[in-house]
Amino acid sequence: MIIIGIVIIVIGLFFDFCGSLGIVRLPDVYNRLQAATKGVTLGTCGILIGICFMSHQSVFVIKCLLCCILLMLTSPISTHALVRAAHIAGIKLWDKSVVDKYEEDKPKPE
Amino acid sequence: MRKIYFAIICFIVWVLLTWNFGWQELTMGVVVSLFVSLFFGDKFLGIKIFSPVRIGWMLYYIPIWIYYCIVANIDVAKRVLRPKMLIKPGIVKIRTNLKTDLGKVMLANSITMTPGTMTVDILGDELYIHWIYVSTEQEVEATKIIASAFEKILKHIFE
Repeated sequence: MIIIGIVIIVIGLFFDFCGSLGIVRLPDVYNRLQAATKGVTLGTCGILIGICFMSHQSVFVIKCLLCCILLMLTSPISTHALVRAAHIAGIKLWDKSVVDKYEEDKPKPE
Repeated sequence: MRKIYFAIICFIVWVLLTWNFGWQELTMGVVVSLFVSLFFGDKFLGIKIFSPVRIGWMLYYIPIWIYYCIVANIDVAKRVLRPKMLIKPGIVKIRTNLKTDLGKVMLANSITMTPGTMTVDILGDELYIHWIYVSTEQEVEATKIIASAFEKILKHIFE
């Protein structure tokens, strides 16, 4: 059981690392948030599920699973809020972006 | 009535999080969940969602969601680790035919967790999607690629 837990934690750490690397390497706010949300959500859930396998008390299992569910539900929403705020505040997309349909339709600030 | 259901759900979450059955914790849990439901109970969407058919579709939806989540992460890892990054970003528009607010929110959440896409805003029936590799700018095709897999299932759950 402990070995399974360690393997899952290592996988989670790998995805966390990819998410962080994405924040450094990708060109603009929007692409960076893509990498950050996906990598960090699954990476953190991986660490939590690894702890579930390693611990022998039901308390930790229940708390970890609840945290997983809350994380899965809330992290896309916070990303959505950040991206929308960035776009309305007027941060430009990367120079080589091909299309921006939102620019035409978005509600104009007062 | 909504507020009472909301308070019960709050209390269950409280008990699961504290996992301590002393009378002090339980009393505090009752007080806090009543207090929270007094303010936010109106936002609760009602008990209608908890019918057996909808819960069945929800259970069918969870593995699909986890599968797409893992695929998305492998996709991000591949794009980030490649020396010359393969990206062609842009914001496209897609149209959904879900009607309820909760359905739209869950569709937006699911789209954010799928490979290479992220929801920017919802205006009426239109979702604006930031796509890390834009393969088509047409509304209909983009809808088919991005949203169709989730829409069919979400329609059974939330409508």
